[in-house]
Amino acid sequence: MNRMDNMIKLEFLSLSKNESFARAAAAAFIAPLDPTIEELADVRTAVSEAVTNAVIHGYRNGLGTVLMELTLAGRLLTVRVEDKGCGIEDIELAMKPFYTTGNRAERSGMGFAVMAAFMDKLKVESKLGVGTTVIMEKLIAQPNEPEQNG
Amino acid sequence: MARIDGELDQHCAGELRSAIDTAVKSEGNVKTLLLDLGRVSFMDSSGIGVILGRYKLMRKLGGELAIANAQPSVEKLLKLSGVYALLDAKRREKANE
Repeated sequence: MNRMDNMIKLEFLSLSKNESFARAAAAAFIAPLDPTIEELADVRTAVSEAVTNAVIHGYRNGLGTVLMELTLAGRLLTVRVEDKGCGIEDIELAMKPFYTTGNRAERSGMGFAVMAAFMDKLKVESKLGVGTTVIMEKLIAQPNEPEQNG
Repeated sequence: MARIDGELDQHCAGELRSAIDTAVKSEGNVKTLLLDLGRVSFMDSSGIGVILGRYKLMRKLGGELAIANAQPSVEKLLKLSGVYALLDAKRREKANE
């Protein structure tokens, strides 16, 4: 088993109001590492995108459960967001910037592009009718040590 | 001008979209819609969807969209998604007319 310093698992209903809960939980999870404001914002945004995808695309705004697992190994954060929704037919196409399935609400089609840009690694696994799992990694940099006097 | 407060995600995007569109349409003859993002503490790509939708609305009405005061994390998203490039291109297009 790979080294693991901390891990939490959260399971919640696929309600859009849980997006803010998920990103707040992720921010709290990495807070002890003293991340920069930018690192915190990047993680919050990427988590929000992954959970939003599960809610509106995975379950198509129907009700299901979303599983979010956060793992820390040293300063490496791994975020895993899993749904048991409809799945993605063509992952490569879905990950193209501005691609959207074109439902009625205005969607930017930028979700996966944001996850890829704000995290270090992004992997998407999906099977039609079974569900989708998004796995993202980000290395939280060491905080700058204060200068020693004398 | 529309001043937006708080976190802009998918959960509140629909409500915000309706509020802005209703205000623009009831005001009538709006030439520039300015979105003040100074108090937006969080935004994801659902917010980009709202902004692009308002951009299309203003173009349809013969007006333009402008954005002001975005915080660094929101600014990063606006740059990544090409929103700034889109608004700048439109501005240049008008300047060349």
